[in-house]
Amino acid sequence: MSLQFTTTIPGAAPIAASASQPLVEVKDLTVKFVSREATVQAVNGVSFQMMPGEVLCIIGESGSGKSVTMRALMRLLPKRRAVISGGMRVGEHDILSLSERQMTELRGATISMIFQEPMTALDPVYTIGEQIAETVVRHEGCSHKAAMARALELLQVVKVPSAERRLNAYPHELSGGLRQRAMIALALSCRPSLLLADEPTTALDATVQIQVLILLRKLQKELGMGVIFVTHDLGVAAQIADRVAVMYAGRIVEYGDVRDVLMHPRHPYTLGMLASTVHGQPRDKDIEAIPGSPPDMRRLAPGCSFAPRCRYADAACTAAVPATEDVAPGHRVACIKAAALPEPRIGMS
Amino acid sequence: MEAAPKRPKLDTVPPGDPRDRGGKIQPMLIVSGLKKHFPIRGGLLNRKVGSVRAVDDVSFVVLKGETLGIVGESGCGKSTLARLLMHLIPRDAGELIFDGDGVAEERGISLRELRRNMQMVFQDSYSSLNPRLPVEDSIAYGPKVHGKSRKEAKEIARDLLAKVGLRPELFGSRYPHELSGGQKQRVNVARALALSPRMLILDEAVSALDKSVEAQVLNLLRYLKRHFNLTYVFISHDLNVVQYISDRVLVMYLGEVVEIGPVEEIYERPKHPYTRALLASRLSMDPDERVEDPPLTGDPPNPINPPSGCRFRTRCPFAEDVCAASAPALGDWVDRTTHLAACHMENAASGHSLAGRPEGAGAQMRLAATA
Repeated sequence: MSLQFTTTIPGAAPIAASASQPLVEVKDLTVKFVSREATVQAVNGVSFQMMPGEVLCIIGESGSGKSVTMRALMRLLPKRRAVISGGMRVGEHDILSLSERQMTELRGATISMIFQEPMTALDPVYTIGEQIAETVVRHEGCSHKAAMARALELLQVVKVPSAERRLNAYPHELSGGLRQRAMIALALSCRPSLLLADEPTTALDATVQIQVLILLRKLQKELGMGVIFVTHDLGVAAQIADRVAVMYAGRIVEYGDVRDVLMHPRHPYTLGMLASTVHGQPRDKDIEAIPGSPPDMRRLAPGCSFAPRCRYADAACTAAVPATEDVAPGHRVACIKAAALPEPRIGMS
Repeated sequence: MEAAPKRPKLDTVPPGDPRDRGGKIQPMLIVSGLKKHFPIRGGLLNRKVGSVRAVDDVSFVVLKGETLGIVGESGCGKSTLARLLMHLIPRDAGELIFDGDGVAEERGISLRELRRNMQMVFQDSYSSLNPRLPVEDSIAYGPKVHGKSRKEAKEIARDLLAKVGLRPELFGSRYPHELSGGQKQRVNVARALALSPRMLILDEAVSALDKSVEAQVLNLLRYLKRHFNLTYVFISHDLNVVQYISDRVLVMYLGEVVEIGPVEEIYERPKHPYTRALLASRLSMDPDERVEDPPLTGDPPNPINPPSGCRFRTRCPFAEDVCAASAPALGDWVDRTTHLAACHMENAASGHSLAGRPEGAGAQMRLAATA
């Protein structure tokens, strides 16, 4: 089923994304959180491009800056405390130069976002239908009745069973999986060209997670949207991503096609992540864990942030932040040792 | 690295633990007919209008020195089960026997004694530590309550900190908010070990940790188990982790045990359709192995009004009339190699059309998954 709405609503055409022009361009993005006690350097020079209709997975552990990058793209960070620099472009919009009002127009219509915990992201005192209709009325200026009809269609598109009944349900009356589906319906209500998904399946059970992933992948193909998908789970990335960016301490350390990054990783951190993910290892052996813990983002050491935990590190690694270099076409790694590393043996099946 | 685990040399406690009372073959814990229904109150006089059947007639044994993994989706009652085992909430019915002694019974083992022998580690590493106590004092608290002097208790705490890979002189005087998630969970494990228990209940103990830290804590748990001769009950929703750490696995669905058996049997020859669906929901790390069709549709039903008969029948591709009419029994457990599933297809006399043909059922399952 494609998302051709029977209720035609004038205006608000999605960005005419030409196939050759990147949909998202982020250049040297840095985000600092300034408070009286300390400055947290959450994102330190992130650059990437994304073509329309692509799924980019940002993989990283907690505190790696993956969610902050997404929120910066939506301009959802607290204005007073977050210092953002660099450039961000979505379609023809320069995100950082837009007024607050223009940004409100953009959110929901061109860029929309889904969150990890749908219960806190949905409004508990309005029905699911009302919440979807409100967005549609706001962005497309149609009647409430037409918007409710669209809401019903959307719930059917995301495969909510007995959608008529669920339209009048409050968020607490739905199960976790249905809430996340309702949330996806809300995010897709105005046919965005870019969907930001912040760990949308992490809080779901395994049997429900796979259902939501399949749904997202199907909708993404049918609508041709670009999706930036944040996750800490390599298995989720393998299921949904076209490209993968691995983040560590606020920097992208490895970027490339999902097959290249997951099957032939070149950065020691990605290698370590794959080795330490429990996945059918022999039961009588220790897992190859990455020693230590992620760095304190208030006091980042100079040079490669992963060096203190890296088994290949030497003095050159801590001298300067390693530049990003191509190890293969379209596969970029920020590690000065990447070329000298032994060929990875990945026995993952 | 500050938290780099400096492990003391591995010295396994010789077989034949002096604390052993019932003998080697006596299971560490026997659970029979355990039940917990939470009442739902409402209406005019706040009367009981229903109940959540969180744990419904659960029986199993935990053998000495093994790791029993418990898996299931949210709401299946696995955490309630953990709390019932620890007596953190009272049970409605059922019997617990710890190393041959009935728990809180006449001539049995007292609750105080049980809690000394059985300790628990929770999922949320921060909320389970007292934010106003340095972690060293948190660990020393238990021994002090159980009669050790302050000095002795402190020594125990520092020794345990070292054993869980945190240098006591560096971390002992820190408060919980000054530690990372992995370090806090190490402290929680140390605190659980402070009374030298014989059994640990790990309720999603590694689920909130990042993957690289999770691997460290899993390695630590394996090491501690050998070092202190421990028995684990490991509760998790992560099937990969359970496979790695467990000797035997118990699968729960809506408050009931649907399958129990040795880990290899469960993962290679699952019998219950729910276990098969759970295993099929694991995500492969290979981008070319994408799942096209979900192994199950819908969410687990509400435990307030569970379906009649087999509770899984509403999501089961093989459900027949017999599944709605009667609840399948798990069968009799014999020893550590016993593999049981509560499914009519396993019982040749049940009247299910696929009964007694587990291989046929497996083929059907694959057909259903590809259709």
